[in-house]
Amino acid sequence: MASREGVHPAVAVVRERPLVVVFAVVGLLLVADIGRRLATGGTTTATLVTYLKDGTILGLSIGLAGIGLAMTYSILNFANFAHGDFATTGAIVGWATAFVVAGLGRFSLEALVLLGGPIPVNSGTLGVSVVATPLAVLLGLAVSAVATAGLALLIDRVVFRPMRDQEGISLLIASVGVALVIRYLFVFGFQSGVRGLTAGDLTPSVSLSVGAGSVPINAHEVTLVVLAAALMLGTHLLLRYTKLGTAMRAMADNEDLARVTGIPTERVVRATWLLGGGLTGAAGFLIALERGVLTTNLGWELLLLIFAAVILGGIGSVYGAMVGGVVIGIASRVSLVWLPESFIVAAAFVVMILILLVRPKGLLGGVTTV
Amino acid sequence: MTAEPAAGSAGAAERLRSWLFRSDARLLLVLAVALYLLFTLFSVLLGNNLGGTVNTLRRITFLSAVYAMLVLALNLQWGYAGLFNLGVAGFMAVGVYTMGMLSTAPSSSPPGLGLPLPVGVVGGVLAAAVVGVVASLPALRLRGDYLAIVTLAFSEIIRRTYRSPVFADLTGGSNGMGLPANPIRVLFYKNPADVLAEPHAVGAAVFAAAETVGIRPPVVQGIAWTLVLVAVVGVMYLLLRRVGNSPFGRVLKAIREDETVASALGKDTRGFKIKTFALGCALMGLAAILWKVGGTAATVDYRPITTFYVFVALILGGAGSNTGSVVGGAVFASLLLEGPLFVQRVVGQFINTTAAPNTVFQAVGSLGGGDVGPLLAYVVSDVNISALRLVLLGVVLIYLIQNRPEGLLGKRKEVAASVDLSRPEGGEKR
Repeated sequence: MASREGVHPAVAVVRERPLVVVFAVVGLLLVADIGRRLATGGTTTATLVTYLKDGTILGLSIGLAGIGLAMTYSILNFANFAHGDFATTGAIVGWATAFVVAGLGRFSLEALVLLGGPIPVNSGTLGVSVVATPLAVLLGLAVSAVATAGLALLIDRVVFRPMRDQEGISLLIASVGVALVIRYLFVFGFQSGVRGLTAGDLTPSVSLSVGAGSVPINAHEVTLVVLAAALMLGTHLLLRYTKLGTAMRAMADNEDLARVTGIPTERVVRATWLLGGGLTGAAGFLIALERGVLTTNLGWELLLLIFAAVILGGIGSVYGAMVGGVVIGIASRVSLVWLPESFIVAAAFVVMILILLVRPKGLLGGVTTV
Repeated sequence: MTAEPAAGSAGAAERLRSWLFRSDARLLLVLAVALYLLFTLFSVLLGNNLGGTVNTLRRITFLSAVYAMLVLALNLQWGYAGLFNLGVAGFMAVGVYTMGMLSTAPSSSPPGLGLPLPVGVVGGVLAAAVVGVVASLPALRLRGDYLAIVTLAFSEIIRRTYRSPVFADLTGGSNGMGLPANPIRVLFYKNPADVLAEPHAVGAAVFAAAETVGIRPPVVQGIAWTLVLVAVVGVMYLLLRRVGNSPFGRVLKAIREDETVASALGKDTRGFKIKTFALGCALMGLAAILWKVGGTAATVDYRPITTFYVFVALILGGAGSNTGSVVGGAVFASLLLEGPLFVQRVVGQFINTTAAPNTVFQAVGSLGGGDVGPLLAYVVSDVNISALRLVLLGVVLIYLIQNRPEGLLGKRKEVAASVDLSRPEGGEKR
């Protein structure tokens, strides 16, 4: 990338990476436009802060759910389309547990396990919230992680392990099949339809005054942010400072080399599914907690956003997935300044495609180490 | 025969196989007859009269033809050039919606431009091709799995744009958009564009003749349109076979096998890929237009699941083979898509479905008392059978990719070289 003699370095950059320059200029213009809107009152500070808050929450959810995808991507080298439905599994199993813990004795077991549905359970009377029934929520979170890790391991055993030597596309197609089986088995047993989960009036909420307006923050949003950050930190410590983490990073870099150094690759793969599955299940549970509602489509609808985050951060990079998630989350919410609500998901996909154009290796560029 | 029954029947099966596989036309004919017999049986079990049976067969033929077209188009991209396009549904939507915007009457809601239908069809096909080129520009620089994700994202962007309330004046938003009348009506009706039009002399004669054997006029019209679609499948098959055997097709196969080699031989692989992608997308748009014309364009038809349907059909038939594509489309549409619904209706006739339990727990719980009725009733309810149909689809997909990645017909992928480079079977092992 050295500039040729007699050419100013800035000119060289423009010549070599015109697309980057164009996008940088567009990005600056957008930031300037936000400044102008704030100054003229077209957008209030409170609105912008609300967008940023919502974006951070969405971003942390996506980032947390993306860690597992980035891990399996880097170690097994395929895009797992069943990943979203792993998150759905965590949400449904975890919330069924939380409902049973919170409401056993008051409602029939059947109604609680199905989260209402065919036999309605009023989420208001059940009264689940992180403050009112902390035990139910904590147990639900734990069960969601364990159950999803178990499912991921089972799926690996039945579907992916017999296909270890096949190429990524075959595994991708198989994972589409897995996604269909998981999702529609839930639809079969659980019936589709939106389930209310938390009791709004039992969820404490504060209003922060920002400029002339105010931004409400409730306990479930705080829970999601705190737990997501804690789980990400935990993943970081595990990858950096444990033997398993080192082995996983070695495998992501070069599987053959890892094997000849004596790393039990098959065991590392199992650990990857356990860890990735557990984090994904917990993410699904927390996303449902924050939204207060649940459908069988929860994970599938997030899947492309998760892919966008993982691609944005650089496929296979766990830190990239976290950063990418937050960027996608904030970008899609802040785009509400210019775009109507119905376009924000499309906006996130466009950002992903543009990043692929400019920087195919992702923001944290090129490192496929986890 | 009695001495070695096993060997004898195995030999017979082998003879049948080789007889069947010697000619593609024979294979397709036998498949069609087998499927027709099966669905005639379903229809008789359901107590349909002749008209109902004919309509059943028309329906599976129609869907088979639609999926055969879609699979042929996808096979060009994936089977020949190795381009993993997960955006099939999006390109179909572009074709249908563009056709609708061009050709729907200005008086309907949402209004169209009211141009003649052929203009709309050509416009829709071209629009699908152009969007295909736009999608391929970033996508084709990427590895296979990135391409899959980007094309899927593209199809979702397209679907969400059409569904957005912002463009509701153009596309009808989530309500969908009425499409121009089916052009086949010109054979039967005086004023084809009018739903309430009177049949003209020829139409009235045909309808009267059909009515004597219990076939209603809409079914007659449907049969005529289905025949048109079958003819289009035939034309598309011939076109794609020509493309596949041409120098162009040889380059595509070379790209699929090893892109570096193809470009080292001086082929502009990127150009070839863009052209192939555009042609495939155009054919997808055409297939969707022929499918939906006379009905409505609704975004619910273009969710990613539609793309997965086409993929399952392609894998069933075996990627890389045009005959396989047609077989895959027909087998998928009749057995996997329509089959479970017929099984549901047949089973529903023999059990008491009004006593279907509300939850899966009640259904399974009654098994303890030795009563399978409630579980069966739960399974064959409308909602649950369509869920189980998709579970079945997932299982079939996993099974095929694990055990028969080359499809039902076995190895039929055309190799890039003009001479067979594979070792002869039973040859020396190194």
